[in-house]
Amino acid sequence: MMTEKSGADILVEALCDLGVEVVFGYPGGAVLPIYDAMFRSKRIRHILVRHEQAATHAAEGYARSTGKPGVVLVTSGPGATNAVTGITDALLDSIPMVVITGQVPTALIGTDAFQEADTVGITRHCSKHNYLVKDPARLGEVVHEAFHIATSGRPGPVVIDIPKDVQVATARYQKPGPIRHKTYRPQVKADQAQVEQLVDMLAAAERPILYTGGGIINSGPAASQLLRELARITGAPVTSTLMGLGAFPASDPQWLGMLGMHGTYEANMAMNQADLVVALGSRFDDRVTGRLDAFSPNSRKVHVDIDRSSVNKNVRVDLAIIADVGHALEDAVRIWKSRQHPKPDTTEWQRRIAGWRAVGCLSFPEAGDAIMPQRAIRALYDATKARQPIITTEVGQHQMWAAQHFGFEKPNKWLTSGGLGTMGYGLPAAIGAQLGNPGALVIDIAGEASIQMNIQELATATQYRLPVKIFILNNEYMGMVRQWQELTYESRYAESYSDSLPDFVKLGEAYGWKGILIEHRHELEDGIAAMLDHDGPVIVDCRVAKLANCFPMIPSGAAHTDMILQANEVSGTMDDEAKALV
Amino acid sequence: MHIKTEQVERHTLAVIVDNEPGILARIAGLFTARGYNIESLTVSEITADKAVSRITIVTSASPPVMEQIIAQLDRLVPVHKVADLTVLGDHVERELALVKVSGTGDRRIEALRLAEVYRARVVDATISSFVFEVTGGIAKIDKFVELMGEVGLVEVARTGIAAISRGAEAA
Repeated sequence: MMTEKSGADILVEALCDLGVEVVFGYPGGAVLPIYDAMFRSKRIRHILVRHEQAATHAAEGYARSTGKPGVVLVTSGPGATNAVTGITDALLDSIPMVVITGQVPTALIGTDAFQEADTVGITRHCSKHNYLVKDPARLGEVVHEAFHIATSGRPGPVVIDIPKDVQVATARYQKPGPIRHKTYRPQVKADQAQVEQLVDMLAAAERPILYTGGGIINSGPAASQLLRELARITGAPVTSTLMGLGAFPASDPQWLGMLGMHGTYEANMAMNQADLVVALGSRFDDRVTGRLDAFSPNSRKVHVDIDRSSVNKNVRVDLAIIADVGHALEDAVRIWKSRQHPKPDTTEWQRRIAGWRAVGCLSFPEAGDAIMPQRAIRALYDATKARQPIITTEVGQHQMWAAQHFGFEKPNKWLTSGGLGTMGYGLPAAIGAQLGNPGALVIDIAGEASIQMNIQELATATQYRLPVKIFILNNEYMGMVRQWQELTYESRYAESYSDSLPDFVKLGEAYGWKGILIEHRHELEDGIAAMLDHDGPVIVDCRVAKLANCFPMIPSGAAHTDMILQANEVSGTMDDEAKALV
Repeated sequence: MHIKTEQVERHTLAVIVDNEPGILARIAGLFTARGYNIESLTVSEITADKAVSRITIVTSASPPVMEQIIAQLDRLVPVHKVADLTVLGDHVERELALVKVSGTGDRRIEALRLAEVYRARVVDATISSFVFEVTGGIAKIDKFVELMGEVGLVEVARTGIAAISRGAEAA
């Protein structure tokens, strides 16, 4: 005879049954029974953040760097609303995450009770799915189903809202068997005839390009290996979205660099001139395509994606394969090999790509004693690449420079807020990544504006002795905003100057961190070495050339061929059509 | 600069869903969140155990957006099936309206005569008013309501469209 347990104990036991090791959270009135259950159980490590938004980003960092789902526990009302940004971030970047929120007792729902918010209403359209659990007997099954939904198909955040009385009331719990959901059945296996067609198209193409995205990372390390294999046997060059960096090694001669708005000249020109584009776990985002009617105009297009709604959303494709990209890649490689296709002759295509590469689009002028931000990223890369660090970023110019100038050889090493573009993502994400990878070197490449959006998390790293590093490219501007104001608004810098900055070194020291200031070009390498030598957390305030801008750049609404390579090509204003684009 | 609009087509969708709390908000919210338009939306339980509901949605969109609407609906966890009845072929669309008119003398007689032409049934009557029940396609009901406007229309309640494919098969 099974004994009854409280909803809170059921939740903790279900989390343990699901293999959850770490929960990022912040206590409050409506989750006290759960906190007490966790305290008594001692089986789950709880990481106390300093703001609920940071709990969600830390869970994302943990998830993205380990491949396991991130778990968040917050209280009702403000606890839940503070988590909304991170939930939305995880939705747009397809990060597996389960967010458990406390709710006021069932009888008080709808009465505007203290710390009541309509959490399921608020998160309905920023989560993959959500639940309000009103019966403790349903709780165990809902928790297992939530993890299944968060981690399968196109991953995403799932919210479970649990009223306080449901946490206290008792019921029986039994670990359920494998979940067979009655309506939710993602299509994992590819249609073989379609994969055959893809192989035909790859074999016939003269100017193929593989355009990869975060789906390859989500599919697991095997998908990255299969991508390398497909590229090797077909000779097709590879470009990637921001989210897909690391799936294909940056040191490989077939690597073109990132594509899109701040992508490389060679990647964007190759997309433009290709006769076959194979999109693998990428979604033709507006940052990637630029002007849609000029996007890769002469190519046939294949789209492999697990989410049918990603297909034909922005760009019409000739062949859609709905499947887990890893499975589709495995099939494509197997079929190619079984047919004993010779490697296609892409000499002419490679010659043209070499010509674009020779432009050297990522080169930048040095600025005397001042440190160019690109130089700082390259110095950081040179000093750390042997250790294969995990890099997180905030959002803005520093993020794009990191994507352009830091090379990634493996998946799960690059954590950034791509879809939502959330400033304040990097530090908590680094904390989550460090917890999931205790021995790894984890660096948050930040801007001086973004870092202040979750700066309170310095304390979290201190409390759990996490040796994360923050490398701030400090140009005293919200640089990307300023760059757009230069391009579009004749350099009227409306509110983009970072005034009244703190002394980051002293601020770090106040939280128990080591602080390092780098001001001059000749201090750069030594400053980075000092950061790496220190065993604990370090915040580096690296002062960089204030007005440097991020190029290449395709302005919003422009074609890939209308790329701005250097600052002197920039005009000071744009028409209304361009101004209306993001 | 002016905001551009595009050519749209009208489609009727049948969406079979798990009858769970919030499902209607999920569906309706998806339409507002993604900027799709809803011309009519009806929902009702269709199984004895009340576990499954059928939602009939009439929407207008350009063909690529229509494809997106169906894919986005299909992606929702509690959705069993989305059928585009307009694409699948011939189907029947019906709506029921309750129409209240008031008046006396010739106007009252004319209202009754028109109701007979439109096969509307009288479901409530007083000395000075009728409530008619009329079913049919949208155009028929629109026309009936318009005519009642001439003879003392007070108010109208319409159910929205229920639709089903013709023939032996389920959509």
